[in-house]
Amino acid sequence: MAKMNYKKRFSDLEKRMVTSPDGEEFEVDPMKDYFSDARPKVHPPSKITPLENFMNWCRAESIYILGFGTGCGAIEMRPLMSPMYDAFRFGIHWRPTPRQSTVFVIGGYASVKTIKRIVRSYEQMQGPKWVIGLCSCTINGGMYWDSYNTVNRLDHYIPVDVYITGCMPRPEALLDGFTVLKKRIKEGRGEGSNEYAENFDWYKANQKKIIKSWDMPDYNW
Amino acid sequence: MADFDYMKIVYAALTIFLTINYGLILQGIIGKIYARVGKRMGIRIFQPYVNLIRQWATRTSISHGVMYYLGPVFRFSGGAGILIFLPIIYGAPIFSSFSFAGDLVLISYFMFLGTLGMALGGGESGHPYAALGVSRGLSQVTMAEIPMIMAVYSIAVQYHSLNITEIVAAQQGSFLNWTLFTNPIATAAAMLAFLGSMMRSPFDVVLAPQEIPIGPPTEYQSQFLAMLMTNRTIFPVAKTILFVNFFFGGVALYDNYLLTFLVFFLKTFLVYMWSVFVGLSFPRFRVDHSIRWFLKYPMLIGLISIIFVNIRY
Repeated sequence: MAKMNYKKRFSDLEKRMVTSPDGEEFEVDPMKDYFSDARPKVHPPSKITPLENFMNWCRAESIYILGFGTGCGAIEMRPLMSPMYDAFRFGIHWRPTPRQSTVFVIGGYASVKTIKRIVRSYEQMQGPKWVIGLCSCTINGGMYWDSYNTVNRLDHYIPVDVYITGCMPRPEALLDGFTVLKKRIKEGRGEGSNEYAENFDWYKANQKKIIKSWDMPDYNW
Repeated sequence: MADFDYMKIVYAALTIFLTINYGLILQGIIGKIYARVGKRMGIRIFQPYVNLIRQWATRTSISHGVMYYLGPVFRFSGGAGILIFLPIIYGAPIFSSFSFAGDLVLISYFMFLGTLGMALGGGESGHPYAALGVSRGLSQVTMAEIPMIMAVYSIAVQYHSLNITEIVAAQQGSFLNWTLFTNPIATAAAMLAFLGSMMRSPFDVVLAPQEIPIGPPTEYQSQFLAMLMTNRTIFPVAKTILFVNFFFGGVALYDNYLLTFLVFFLKTFLVYMWSVFVGLSFPRFRVDHSIRWFLKYPMLIGLISIIFVNIRY
């Protein structure tokens, strides 16, 4: 079913033979050209401990957040940029593209439609990368516990480093969450992207259970 | 090659290293100034260092082919190229490494090289809108370059030289010998063009968050981005030193080294601050606005400066 859907919707993404202006024939596979379906690899931390500690300190003190608000909690991120909370003084920045970000703040409930975008964005981020689950909805579904279109536990789909409870948590709570995340990274416990690579099949199976129209490669980066 | 002084390579590397550090500190200070104007505490002064090291410390990276690799390299060589052919401190052998007779022409090329590298690299990233973003950025930078080149030609005619070291030498003695006072029209044209190449408001729409997702750096990450960030620390400093050399008498070597560096920091910082003052005071131009603006006043002033210099010298 999903396969048919995908074929119908993306017929121009199918593998085909193309003739170049010189008359040369070659094969074009747009899905292979634009995405890589290679499985993610585990990138272990450096063996040189002082170097790794220093790098972890740098990673923790320079946090690039993906500017992608996925739920109602995303509104709590905006005050952090304002003079009142000013997250920049803690080395927290916002980036517009997943390629350059390291922290993904899931702002509240993840609906079935959003989880697909969350997975795609998460996979496009470069490791090591971390996830903060904001609001109670990311922990157990919160007030959407038995909803028809909301995911209950976020860490069944992507590895989560820090949860922030509340509905909704105040911006101070989010700042505190960043402090906890920093501590985690500095201790060398922020290995979420490696966890994802190790348990890739389990995460994929969970994701496919939820996302019915799977019209993308298994690992799209 | 027999008489080539191999120490020059070491000096050039030292120049680039010191400039990266100066650029990073300057970025921190400017970031702090921007924040204080916005009533924020702002980033920590050492934040740019951490950001840069953090980019290098990324474990994974994705490449899209040869040009994708070469884009940041071109960009870096554009910034580094200006630096090593520039007499940073006039009279000091360490900081005027590869200065030669026609370096003014070469540096004009280097100023553009980085942007072209970015265009090639962005095109290879497979992003459908990269070419659009590049062409918008390129057209703005090109328009800023026109008054700049007019001003540069004007002072080349004035000093009868295409060698920056000679241009700096001609301005020594008194501050009244600076191009600022001997040729104020060219200085005005160049200082307006300077705003266009510093990538600050009103001419920073090509790097605005809305523009980036359709622009070339979208795909750049990890060490590629670190390379681009390194160039972004070098390039404004190199450009500022270039302007200090052309219009504000350069930095001469005094007997007291501390005084020399003090003058260097003061001059470069104040010239850099010109773009910050304007950036903090004025809102953004759209690309089409800025192109029209550059073709109006700065180019007119540049034309007048060329006429002026041809009549007078």
